[in-house]
Amino acid sequence: MATVTFDHVWKRFGDVVAVNDLSLDIQDEEFLVLVGPSGCGKTTSLRMIAGLEEITEGTLKIGERVVNDVPPKDRDVAMVFQSYALYPHMTVYDNLAFGLKLRKVPKAEIDRRVREAAKTIELSDLLTRKPRQLSGGQRQRVALGRAIVREPAVFLMDEPLSNLDAKLRVQTRAEIARLHQRLKTTIVYVTHDQVEAMTMGTRIAVMNFGLLQQVGTPQRLYEHPVNKFVAGFIGSPSMNFVQVTTGREGDRAVLHDEAFTVPLPDRFREAVGPTTGRSLTLGFRPEHLAIGPVGDNAATVRTNVDVVEFLGNEELLHLRAGHHDLVAVVDARHRVRPGDVLDLGIPFDKVHLFDDETGDSLAEVKAVSAA
Amino acid sequence: MRRRVRRLQGFAFTAPALVLMTVFLVAPMLFTIRLSLDTGRGFQLREFIGLDNFVRLLTRDRLFLDLSDFPPSGAVFNNLLWIFLYVGLCVGLGLLIAVLADRVRYESIVKSIVFLPQAISATAVGVIWLLIYAPNARVGLLNAGLGAVGVDPVSWIGSRDTVNYAIIVAAVWAGTGLAVVVFSAAIKSIPTDIIEAARVDGAGPFQTFRHITLPLISLPVSVITITLIIGVIKVFDIVYIMSRGGPNGASRVIAYSFFEETFQAGKVGYGAAVAVLMVLLIVPIVALNIRRFRAGETVR
Repeated sequence: MATVTFDHVWKRFGDVVAVNDLSLDIQDEEFLVLVGPSGCGKTTSLRMIAGLEEITEGTLKIGERVVNDVPPKDRDVAMVFQSYALYPHMTVYDNLAFGLKLRKVPKAEIDRRVREAAKTIELSDLLTRKPRQLSGGQRQRVALGRAIVREPAVFLMDEPLSNLDAKLRVQTRAEIARLHQRLKTTIVYVTHDQVEAMTMGTRIAVMNFGLLQQVGTPQRLYEHPVNKFVAGFIGSPSMNFVQVTTGREGDRAVLHDEAFTVPLPDRFREAVGPTTGRSLTLGFRPEHLAIGPVGDNAATVRTNVDVVEFLGNEELLHLRAGHHDLVAVVDARHRVRPGDVLDLGIPFDKVHLFDDETGDSLAEVKAVSAA
Repeated sequence: MRRRVRRLQGFAFTAPALVLMTVFLVAPMLFTIRLSLDTGRGFQLREFIGLDNFVRLLTRDRLFLDLSDFPPSGAVFNNLLWIFLYVGLCVGLGLLIAVLADRVRYESIVKSIVFLPQAISATAVGVIWLLIYAPNARVGLLNAGLGAVGVDPVSWIGSRDTVNYAIIVAAVWAGTGLAVVVFSAAIKSIPTDIIEAARVDGAGPFQTFRHITLPLISLPVSVITITLIIGVIKVFDIVYIMSRGGPNGASRVIAYSFFEETFQAGKVGYGAAVAVLMVLLIVPIVALNIRRFRAGETVR
């Protein structure tokens, strides 16, 4: 068990900056998820921990040891690859035992640990099979077992669920989470799937274009995204964004556009300032839009229903409000139909406001500067 | 009715190939077997002598097989030497170069240089190496090198002790390229993830090669090995060009014996017996090769 520390780490491939000045502390026994779109630098960061990519600049520590120049075999990490990377010519038993044999662990101990790991991941009956004789889910479990059996200081997982079907993915997600609770080992998990990130991570680190955008608990990222990218990336369906302009309506400050007018929530007043005509982006999550009468703490927006996707207990509504496309998630009991005109409430305490130029959250800017 | 038509169609499609195989392969082979049981002078069946040719070949022809001394000698022994040295060196060097080239940026240049001799005919290879081995230090590169360090010139091709090794080295120079290219392609087909998984699991470069790379390219390695063995059993051209089987038959190989007995000495029946023995040696190896190919298909 160990901590992992990135201290101003850079990774360049020629002129391309894959990881840009990454500083990140991963705590002991933590389940940290690196999430972001393709090419954001998350896998490169993971591979730097494994020792499969050299660090261009900065310092990487596992525990108290600087590992910049330590080869993968001496880092005491185990990795689960996206493709599983099982050794096709070896049986499941040999796949699990390979790392231990290389470390010259006594045969009896290897046997004990392999059988114990096989039991943990329910592979005891498959130990004599070759990888080609296994299903995708079973191969995935062998890859996990190969990591478990090593009892490493840090587990690294590179999109291990991406080749599984939806049902198996949900099941394995829970298994990995259970495994973490039982083994209490530091896990660094890479995914581009924000649902995986939200459901599994103790903390989530969101990356984009090689830059770390925000690190925090799933709740923190969901409720207080620091910028428009994080706000749009975390949460499913994605947050609605509407470009608005600051203005005044009588003596109150408002955010308006051709389709609707929303009073400026008090908590943004200081950050927005007294200027009118400032262009901002208003964000609100689909699940926070409400049908029906709203109180004083919500603004109303009139929408036309375009498409309704029935999800069982909920309905996903694709709406038009002026020239904006919005998405709302409402209770299925409303039985909304395409063509309906709906007045939807946007609760003031759920809206987010982003600077149009930088994309930074105004509320978070204030919170950070206050901190 | 339909089944009969289909069967006839199948026969019609395969008939041209069957006819060609029968005329140009099966019939000559059967005739050769029959010739091997005859004196066969002038390529005619003259006198049936049973297995006499084979008995003489294996017991009384010292140029073909001489077990009276140690080490044994003769064409069969020379072919064994070729199998161990030529095949061993081609495969060993091929693997070494393919693995090392895989790790450098100028891999394609290395492979091109090693593969280049493949484009040269065995005759040209023989001539090139005859010049390298020439006893006259003004012509022979090797002896010039030896002269530079004060060693007397060696008659590489003219000495019984060195002739086989000298020809084998020339053949290895010409033959390693194929092994390198095939092994290199096989190494490239191993997913990078598997090699990286081994590195994270604790394998160093040698252990990765021993436990991961080598088992995963075992099929091409064995196919190349078997193909080279078959080629070696049939080797003739480079021996003919470089030494004509000499000195005093010291570098004779089985195929050279066949040529010598059949076309130089006119003992066609005896030469046919050599050819039959050569086929008997090759058939099991070809069968092994086909089995290995099928095994490879099953794995995929």
